[in-house]
Amino acid sequence: MKNIKVLGPGCAKCKQLEKNVQEAVSKLTGDYNVEKVEDYQEMAKYGMLGSPGLVIDEKLISTGKVQSVSELMEMLK
Amino acid sequence: MIDSFASWLIYGKFGLDSTSRLGQSLHFFVYDTIKIIFLLLLMTILMGIVNSYLPIEKIKNFLTKRNWYGLDHLLASLFGAITPFCSCSSIPLFMGFLKGGIPLGVTLSFLITSPLVNEVALALFIGIFGLKVTLIYAISGILLGTIVGYILGKMNLEKYLEDWVVQSLQTKIQNTDLAEGSLSFSERLPEIIKEALNITKGVIPYLFIGIGLGALIHGFIPTGYFEAYITKNNPLAVPLAVILGVPMYANATSVIPILQALVEKGIPLGTALAFSMAVVGLSLPEATLLKKVMKTKLIAIYFGSVSISIIFLGYFFNYIF
Repeated sequence: MKNIKVLGPGCAKCKQLEKNVQEAVSKLTGDYNVEKVEDYQEMAKYGMLGSPGLVIDEKLISTGKVQSVSELMEMLK
Repeated sequence: MIDSFASWLIYGKFGLDSTSRLGQSLHFFVYDTIKIIFLLLLMTILMGIVNSYLPIEKIKNFLTKRNWYGLDHLLASLFGAITPFCSCSSIPLFMGFLKGGIPLGVTLSFLITSPLVNEVALALFIGIFGLKVTLIYAISGILLGTIVGYILGKMNLEKYLEDWVVQSLQTKIQNTDLAEGSLSFSERLPEIIKEALNITKGVIPYLFIGIGLGALIHGFIPTGYFEAYITKNNPLAVPLAVILGVPMYANATSVIPILQALVEKGIPLGTALAFSMAVVGLSLPEATLLKKVMKTKLIAIYFGSVSISIIFLGYFFNYIF
């Protein structure tokens, strides 16, 4: 199972990324767990510098970017 | 070229009298809007290119790795200026810098300049006040961040960070290495343009409000109207403008066009610039956000020292303009 976390305090970009992740996951067949992290303490653990942050299996993959659904599907395969 | 287009549209196409108030106001509106949208696109694309090659992670690693012997503050402030500002990123950024081992004062240098000198405000300044005023604004903003961050860094303010922040800083994260592929310029460009269009689209409503109100003032208030109330010789005007501006949370895109119209009607340029620095650089919502990582005392010291510096800059601007 892949663990996906979207880190973001709730700005427009963060919401968009979460939406895209949900959509990508629904189109994929694997087992995924998607979590939205809005707590600053929790976010600080990953050392992210801009929001939103994308964490896959506890590793920070990108910050400040909103990947498209197809990009995310490629990353999560 | 834009000027003749605006003339053609308002005076030719709509048949308005070029000496009438309505005609002049509309002409001003069309001309300024087109010019500023163009500048906004240009600046956001330029900033996007810089940012694509120099993402915030690189900047952080750069500031962490070496000891810059006092130049840290200037570098952090410069980086703050070239990084696009987003208020929702300021807390993660603050934590990320501190956790990377960057001193609090250097982090504050970055944090002060980042909203003060940003691509949207610069595009507006170039379009409305011209290049010379823009340069003076940008340079003073960068120096303000450098100096205030330096002074705050000397004051041992770490004890005024929230407890969870101090705790979290026990574990340092040395390097944030994101899997950034080595993309070519043409591969980066679509993303940069998309982002630039997004930013520009986002501020256009505020631009309309600002230029609209500016055009009304331009057309309907007599020139020199404010000279009777606010002059350079009134020593209270600058502090008052700054105190009014600090809690305000307004979009630079709205504020700057209105200011220009007010300057034209007699408000001193220096006072107007100090006001816009206070509006753009500090705000009540930002203070509430910072409350999550800073104790009230630190926020008060931070906002107080930046406000006082802006007041000094206001007097200085009035002296040189």
